[in-house]
Amino acid sequence: MNVRAHMSMMFHLDKCLGCHTCSVACKNLWTDPRGSEYMWWNNVETRPGTGYPTLWEDQEHFHGGWVRTRAGELKLRLHSRVKGLANLFYNPSLPAIDDYYEPFTFRYQDLFDAPAGTDQPTAIPISQITGEPIDIVSGPNWDDDLAGSAIYARNDPNLEAVAPHVRAQLEEVERVVFTYVPRICNHCLNPACVAACPSGAIYKRAEDGVVLVNDTKCRGWRMCVAACPYKKVYNNWTTGKSEKCILCFPRLETGQAPGCAHSCVGRIRYVGVLLYDADKIPSAASVPAGDLVHSQLSAILDPHDPKVVAAAEASGVDPGWIEAAGRSPVYRFVKEWGIALPLHPEYRTMAMMFYVPPLSPLMSTYEDGLAAPDVHPAHTDFDLSADLDRARLPIEYLANMFSAGDVKPVRAALAKMMAVRAFKRRESVEGSVDEATLELLHRAGSSAREAEEMYRLTTLASFQERFVIPKYHRETQIEGHVDPLAHKGSAGRGYLQASER
Amino acid sequence: MNWNTILFLLVPYAVVPLAVVASAYRLLYRPYTVSSLSSQILESRKLFWGSISFHYGLVLVLTGHLVALLLPRTITLWNAEPMRLYLLEATGLALGLWALAGGAVLAWRRYSDPRVRAVTKPADVLVLVLLVISMVTGVLTATLYSFGSSWFTAVFTPYLWSLATLRPRPDLVADLPWLVKLHAFNFFLLVATFPFTRLVHIVTLPLGYLYRPWQLVIWVRRPPRDSAARR
Ligand code: HEM
Ligand code: SF4
Repeated sequence: MNVRAHMSMMFHLDKCLGCHTCSVACKNLWTDPRGSEYMWWNNVETRPGTGYPTLWEDQEHFHGGWVRTRAGELKLRLHSRVKGLANLFYNPSLPAIDDYYEPFTFRYQDLFDAPAGTDQPTAIPISQITGEPIDIVSGPNWDDDLAGSAIYARNDPNLEAVAPHVRAQLEEVERVVFTYVPRICNHCLNPACVAACPSGAIYKRAEDGVVLVNDTKCRGWRMCVAACPYKKVYNNWTTGKSEKCILCFPRLETGQAPGCAHSCVGRIRYVGVLLYDADKIPSAASVPAGDLVHSQLSAILDPHDPKVVAAAEASGVDPGWIEAAGRSPVYRFVKEWGIALPLHPEYRTMAMMFYVPPLSPLMSTYEDGLAAPDVHPAHTDFDLSADLDRARLPIEYLANMFSAGDVKPVRAALAKMMAVRAFKRRESVEGSVDEATLELLHRAGSSAREAEEMYRLTTLASFQERFVIPKYHRETQIEGHVDPLAHKGSAGRGYLQASER
Repeated sequence: MNWNTILFLLVPYAVVPLAVVASAYRLLYRPYTVSSLSSQILESRKLFWGSISFHYGLVLVLTGHLVALLLPRTITLWNAEPMRLYLLEATGLALGLWALAGGAVLAWRRYSDPRVRAVTKPADVLVLVLLVISMVTGVLTATLYSFGSSWFTAVFTPYLWSLATLRPRPDLVADLPWLVKLHAFNFFLLVATFPFTRLVHIVTLPLGYLYRPWQLVIWVRRPPRDSAARR
C-alpha cells in the first residue's frame, strides 16, 4: 500500500443556486490578465445543456481522456507517443477560441467622451483579442437557465441514454427542468493532461494531489488542452503557455479554502483530505466501464482504519494530514454515506472532485403536481422513493454524468437523500418519526443517526466543518518566496519574468 | 579584407557564438519566455494548411543539408547513378516547394487574420520574411543551378568544415552566383535571430516524450523523515 493524501472538493448540487459567485471569485483572483480572459477555471453550467466549451463532453470530437483497449489496457484517446510528436506542428483536436467564446469588454470611455446630444451614449462591445467592435454571439454561460430549451438541451451528449419519449417530454414547456453543475479542474489521479504533455511540464503534487503546469517547462505544444476530457487546461495566447486551475494552492498553503469554495454563496462546497492508495491507480482506471465508480472509490482509504494510518505514516504522509483526513467532510459524503460521485468516471482519469447528484428537480415531479400520482401528500415520500425512475430529470441522464451510465449508484444516492428528507420532515413537522419512515431510511441503507449527521453536515455545517484544511509545512511549499498575486498582472501566475508576447 | 570575407567569415564567426550563448542563457535563465507561441487557438484552418507543410517540408530539407554536410560521400556515391540523382533532386525540390507553399500560407495568415494579427510582433514578421527569402532562394538555386546535391558537397561542405575547424576559407564560396550567396548569407541572419525570436522552439523538440513515464508525480520537497520508505 502506497498511501498519499489528496485535497479534494465536494459539490452538493442540490444546493447550488447558479449564481456564478464562484466563477467571478476565480476570475478576479487568477484569470484576468490578457490572454486568459476567455478562461474560466471555475465555470457553472446549466444542465441539460452543452456546457463550456461548447459540447466539451463530446470526446468523439475532442479526443479527451483515456480509452480501454481490447486487451484491457489504457491508452490516451488523443495520441500515441509517436503521433504526439508528429502532431506538434498542428494539433488536430485543439478546441478553437470560438468553442469557448471570443472574450469581450465594452468601450466604457465612450460614455465619457460622447459629445452632448439627445441620445444616451452607449458603450459598444469590443473584442478583447483584436480590440475591434464585435457582435457578441456567445459566452461562457450563454445558455444560463435556458438549458431546458430545445436549442441547447437537445444537444447535451448525456441525454443519449435517455429513452426517446422521455426526451420528448423534457422538451415540453411544462416539464422543462434544469440543474447547475459548477466545474473546476478535477485534479485527477490518472490525469490525461500530464500523460499528453510532450515536454513533461505538467505534474501532480504528491503531497496534496494538485495538478500543476510548470510554466517554465511548458513550450506551448498545447496537447494537454486537447487531452483533458473536462477541457480544464487552457492555452494562453499571450504567454504561449498552458494554464489551469491550481486549486488555489497559495491559499491552501496558508490555511484558506480555494477562492471558489470560500466564496460559494450556496455553501455547496466542501473541502477536505482523502487518503488513497497510489499503487491501485493503474488497475482501478482500467476496469470495465460498469465497475469504474466502485474501483475508484475502493482506491480511497478509510482514515480511521489503524492499518491505513500505519501505512500512511510509513509512506510519509504528514501526521497532521492523516488526522485531517479523519475529519474530512468529503470523505463522509463520498465513502461513508456514498452519496457523492465523480464526474464522468468513464473518462478514466479518476477525477478527485465529487458531486452529490441533485434531488430537487426530481422532487418537484410530485410537488408541482405535474406528474402527480393520486396519493395523499403524507404518502408522497414513499411513492417517490419507489418511483425514482419517473424523476423529472431522468435518472439515466444523471447516471451518464456521474457513474458511466450505471443507474445503480445514482439511484442509491438519491434514495438515501430522499429518505433523509422524509425522516427530517416527519421529525420537524410531526415531532416524531413513525416506523414506516424508519423502514424507508433502513431500506435506503441508512440509519436515524446517520440521517441526522447527513442533515447536519448538509445544512448547518459551519465554515470550519466544511473546510478542513490541515497545515502545510514550509518545507513542502514552493511558492512561498514569490507572491503570485502581486505579480499576476505582469508576469503570468507568480513567475517574475515577463512573457514573450 | 573584402566583402566576401566579411559576409562569409566575420559574420558566421559573430552570429554562431552569439546564437549559442544567447540561446543557452535564454533556455536556462529565461525559460518562461521560451514557447512555440502557438496561435492555433485563434485560427486553425489556415494553420493546418500552412504549418504542416511548412514544418515537414522545412525539417526534411534541413535534414538533407545536414546529411550533405556530415556524410558527403554518401551523397556523392548515391548521385553516381543519374536516375538516383534525378530522384534526389526532384524530391528536394518538391519538399522545398511544399515548405514554401506552407510558408506563404503562414505569412498570408499573419497578414489577413485579424486575431492572429493582434498577437503578431515585429519578431514574428522578421522571422517569416527571412524564412521566405531562404525558401525562395533555395528553390531558385535548385532550379537554376542544378545539380545542387552534387556541388553542395564540393563547395559548401568543405567551406562549412573550414569554419568549424577554425581554418576558415571564405574564398571557397567567393565565386558562387549572388543568388546562392544570398541563400547562404540569409541562413546566418536566421542564426542571428534564432535566440531572440520564437525560433528557439526548434531546440526544445521534446524527444523525451518517446520514453518518459506517462504519469509524473513530484514530491515538492520530500520530508527527510523516512524518505527511504518511498521510492
Ligand atoms: C523540429 C521541431 C519543430 C517543432 C516541434 C516546431 C513546432 C512549432 C509549433 C508548435 C509552432 C506553433 C504553431 C501554431 O501556431 O500553433 C511553430 C511555429 C513556427 N515554427 Fe516551428 N517547429 C519546429 C521546427 C521549426 C523549424 C526548423 C523552423 C524554421 C527554421 C520553424 C519555424 C517556425 C515558425 C516561423 C513558426 C511560426 C509560424 C507562424 O507564423 O504562425 N519551426 N513551430
Ligand atoms: S457560488 Fe456556489 S451556489 Fe453560486 S454558482 Fe457557484 S457553486 Fe453554485
